[in-house]
Amino acid sequence: MTSTSVIDELKKFQILELLEQGKRVDGRALDEPRKLIIEINAIPKANGSARVRLGDSEVVCGVKIQPDRPFPDMGEKGIFICTAELLPLSHPSVETGPPGPDVIELARVVDRGIRESHMIDLSQLVIEKNKSVVGVFADNVVVDYDGNLFDACAYAATAAILSSKTPKWEMKNDVPTLVEGGESSVPVTTIPVSVTMGKIGNYIIVDPNGDEWNSMDARITITTDSNGNICALQKGGNGGFSFDEVIKCGEISVKVGSKIREKLKQAKEGGQ
Amino acid sequence: MGGRDTALVLLDENGIRCDGRKVDEPRRIMIKAGGLKNADGSAYIEFGDNKILVGVFGPRDVHPKHMSNTDTGILRVRYHMEPFSVTERKNPAPSRREIEISKVIKEALEPAVMLDKFPRTAVDVFIEVLQADGGTRCAALSAASVALADAGIPMRDMVAACAAGKAADTIILDVNNEEDQAGQADMPIGYMPSLEKITLLQLDGVLTPAEYKKCVETGIHGCKIVYELQKKALTEKYFGNGEK
Repeated sequence: MTSTSVIDELKKFQILELLEQGKRVDGRALDEPRKLIIEINAIPKANGSARVRLGDSEVVCGVKIQPDRPFPDMGEKGIFICTAELLPLSHPSVETGPPGPDVIELARVVDRGIRESHMIDLSQLVIEKNKSVVGVFADNVVVDYDGNLFDACAYAATAAILSSKTPKWEMKNDVPTLVEGGESSVPVTTIPVSVTMGKIGNYIIVDPNGDEWNSMDARITITTDSNGNICALQKGGNGGFSFDEVIKCGEISVKVGSKIREKLKQAKEGGQ
Repeated sequence: MGGRDTALVLLDENGIRCDGRKVDEPRRIMIKAGGLKNADGSAYIEFGDNKILVGVFGPRDVHPKHMSNTDTGILRVRYHMEPFSVTERKNPAPSRREIEISKVIKEALEPAVMLDKFPRTAVDVFIEVLQADGGTRCAALSAASVALADAGIPMRDMVAACAAGKAADTIILDVNNEEDQAGQADMPIGYMPSLEKITLLQLDGVLTPAEYKKCVETGIHGCKIVYELQKKALTEKYFGNGEK
């Protein structure tokens, strides 16, 4: 996507013109995210899963939980890894092959938001210190694309983790062995919520859709935890933000995030 | 990766950090403009124990050709760490972390570089981390700005970068490796001081909204310190004795 097509240029012009009247292309308020639909336990064979639709972006996340060797310097902590992948069926421009920088950034930002919030209490996921720990792997696949995959993947991963049940293992003859009937919820300390904002001209918009995404000068993704603290952030795009804009985005992320957190909680209650 | 338990004292009772600095004191910074013969522009930075070399080529022909843009020049950035730059040998192949850092540095530089003046060309920025000790992306970004200026590429401003963070419940300037590993938050900031624009911003770690504001302010303060050193490096090269 090196050259912008004429249609994209026209769309950008229209989007900016509408923003000057305080409007967005799909009629939302500037700080209003799209409709969020969360379906929990969509993949019963996974230890936890969620299918999330944010506007017309759709992500399926499956959580697999299995014994693993700890990282050499983290022998007293379990492992958490979150990935994201764009499937070729999600958009005509997506090709198979190794992930490009955009997708690598996406996966790492989603992983970081959940990791840095300390959502999962990894110290509780130890089978035997320095030898064997429990690994939680949250894999996101994008099945439909209409902008803002950062939030769609983050919500899917968070909802999938909230719904996850971890089996229990004990060491027998130096091998982690499954204990029947020992299932429990994954130990969760907080619910991280990421809010991505785009900057078009001098306007900050929450949860940009596909057309808005192509028109953005810059974007910022801020993850907040249940206490309203900011725990991860990523600026992207080839524009910049002023100090006041960065502070304002922080405030928006806390406000919008708290509403989405309630939806994630409701989805968990409804799924049980 | 906040909150790892270590015996290390990050901040003592006199407000002195583990490497002897005050909370608002950056590490020793040395920037040199030029130095490479073949590159169109280059810079070398020592930022604490980080040692980073940057070479810039271009504007030049784009290969592969399909990457070129008829409306504007393109900026390509490669951030790469040498296998010997860290304690345990690093696999020389570019890691996912390096690909992401390349991308955020590219996007931090793009607002500064007037690429629209050079349609169908590419400006290549090669960043080689010879030794790493926490905060490489900020040091690399600061050096890359100097190298671009050294190459004579028109710019709206230079991007200066410095991290702020939180360790021992205190907001600190310029997070070092130990503070990054054992501290509570790390926020790298890239900033164009004359235009007052933030062009790189990331955060790992938990901050209250008040700490968040203080952290951004602290980081911008650090960027302004770096900015003066960037200008000094360029004046030293082009005006001999460092006078303007």
